[in-house]
Amino acid sequence: MHATETSVVMENLVKRFGSFVAVDRLNLSVRKGEVFGFLGPNGAGKSTTIRMLCGLLRPTSGRASVAGYDVARDPEAVRQNIGYMSQKFSLYNDLKVIENLRLFAGLYSVTGKLAGERIAWALEMADLNGREQRITGTLPGGWKQRLALGCAVLHRPPIIFLDEPTSGVDPISRRRFWDLIHQMAEQGVTVFVTTHYMEEAEYCNRLALIFRGRIVALGTPSELKRNSMKGELLLVECEPLGRALEALQSAPGVMDVAVFGNALHLSVEDAASSAPRIDAFLRQCGLTPGKIEKIRPTLEDAFVSLTTTGPAAEARTQ
Amino acid sequence: MSLTRLIAIARKEVLHIVRDARSLGIVIVMPVTLMLLFGYGVNLDLKGMPVYVYDQEGSQQSQDLLKHFQSSQYFHVARVVDSYSAVSRALDDGSARMAIVIPWNFSLQLGAGRPVTVQALVDATDDNTANVLIGYAQAVVQGYSSQIQLDWLRQRGIAAETSPVSVQTRTWYNENLESSVFIIPGVLALVMSVIGAFLTSLTIAREWERGTMEQLISTPVTAMEIMLGKLAPYFVIGMFDVAVCAFIAIAWFKVPFRGSFAALTFSSALFLVVVLALGFYISVIAKNQFTASQIALLVNFLPAFLLSGFLFAIEQMPVALQWITRILPARYYVSVLKKIFLKGTPTAMLSADLVPLAVFAALLAIVATRSFHKRLE
Repeated sequence: MHATETSVVMENLVKRFGSFVAVDRLNLSVRKGEVFGFLGPNGAGKSTTIRMLCGLLRPTSGRASVAGYDVARDPEAVRQNIGYMSQKFSLYNDLKVIENLRLFAGLYSVTGKLAGERIAWALEMADLNGREQRITGTLPGGWKQRLALGCAVLHRPPIIFLDEPTSGVDPISRRRFWDLIHQMAEQGVTVFVTTHYMEEAEYCNRLALIFRGRIVALGTPSELKRNSMKGELLLVECEPLGRALEALQSAPGVMDVAVFGNALHLSVEDAASSAPRIDAFLRQCGLTPGKIEKIRPTLEDAFVSLTTTGPAAEARTQ
Repeated sequence: MSLTRLIAIARKEVLHIVRDARSLGIVIVMPVTLMLLFGYGVNLDLKGMPVYVYDQEGSQQSQDLLKHFQSSQYFHVARVVDSYSAVSRALDDGSARMAIVIPWNFSLQLGAGRPVTVQALVDATDDNTANVLIGYAQAVVQGYSSQIQLDWLRQRGIAAETSPVSVQTRTWYNENLESSVFIIPGVLALVMSVIGAFLTSLTIAREWERGTMEQLISTPVTAMEIMLGKLAPYFVIGMFDVAVCAFIAIAWFKVPFRGSFAALTFSSALFLVVVLALGFYISVIAKNQFTASQIALLVNFLPAFLLSGFLFAIEQMPVALQWITRILPARYYVSVLKKIFLKGTPTAMLSADLVPLAVFAALLAIVATRSFHKRLE
């Protein structure tokens, strides 16, 4: 990969808070124009990473560069080139929509006629035309989120960092928000986004699964689903679920069991031959299984599989 | 330093103030309220103190003495009673601050040329008031006794003056000895301190608490621009409040203003820098609004109130406390204010106060600047 094509590079990036290792030796590079997803549960180190990349936290060791600038040595240059939306909604609720936009235009030194144009563009993009005079705090969550994005990109930064941008937003607004993200990516903007919504991760060009501060898998969503699973996946319906889970953990030929909604997902060597064996095994245990069928793994399966086996699982048992 | 960014921050801060009824109240209502409160409410003058009289004799001469008490502006003879128990009840429930007991043999003793004592019972819960009352009572009785001596000498054909030595007093600066004139200039220092304490101390803490700081510091705005942009509106407000307070003092309370407005402006600007920088620093270290306001109250408002010499004379404090007041910027500002208002001291002669004030302003500005970083840790 050519250097000019990378927007974000991390090399052995580490962040410790006291004895707690929040981010553990991350190595990653994100290409220009990519929508890159950082997927992981709460507390996995997603926000800490993004904050280091925005120059808000100083890395304990390792290095990272954004738009070619080192985040520890030259955070101000980094900030000129990024737009950032923090996890919590963080515009001023007591200011009007237009006042928030003007403030950020000022902070990004976008002035005069250009400021007027960019603000008009942001209002258009965020679909907030006609609501300029609304007090921001009175807007619904999805609108606030779009306004925050509008404020963060007034200076047309080449890279934007979005930390769980859609948490607490209804599904329709969320869908719309992702449309905006893709529009920007089409214009060559690099988007680095964290999420813990599995279905959102599917919208990303590439994903890194992060768990306990480490990247446990990296690839396109379909690559992850394909490669991270050992064997095949069976969906098992059985009541009561708890007893079935317990029984199947020691069943022969079952590599992994996890609860998904009101059913179990089993990873097995070969789905076709395992299904009748599992059915028989459950009946032996005095349970009456319902549907047992082969399914295609979702990202969530991949994620569960990755975090319960391999290096991440070792990290967890430490 | 970018003026565009600084103005963007300042404008946003003004909008916060305008939209928040509480801060607007502190900006406008508080200075006026404090001025009126201290102008009218705090009266250190002891005038018309309620006095009960137990005149055991009821003679012409005992009535004469009472008239001396009555004609003094410091006493108000509230009641004449006829028992000790009535006297002690009145002192107990506070309807009298002092009671005068004239003995049954008052005129008899005087007639015989023998000394006689008049008893004064004083409520000394407030020692200062008690001391002053005792002094006034002694003066009244002293005056009455010399009158008697004089009469006695005259009756014997000896010409005598009222008193051989007397003091002629001329009160300067506060000609009518009104405590409000002494107090009111200092209220300006109190108002400034409150602005620093309750408004500035919240500005940074509020942003941390609401999570807006993270967004703010992810932009290219510098720490210096944030600080100056945030403090600029409060500086303007502070100067405006100085003008309002000075106007109330001069126009309403008729406090003399003998110095120059330039000196008032300059010294107020210096003190504002001190107060704003301190408030900003507290806000940075506290990171939450409640702690910030508590600390601000403790380091800003209380010393300004108690130790600045605004109400209580520094010279009368214990030596150790007097030393502590030297590290209080408010002390110097109060001192300057009193000199400007009451004495009209030329600006050049104010340097003993202005120099320490300038040093504090510079030091605190440096501390405040260094305290704030654009990092989350």
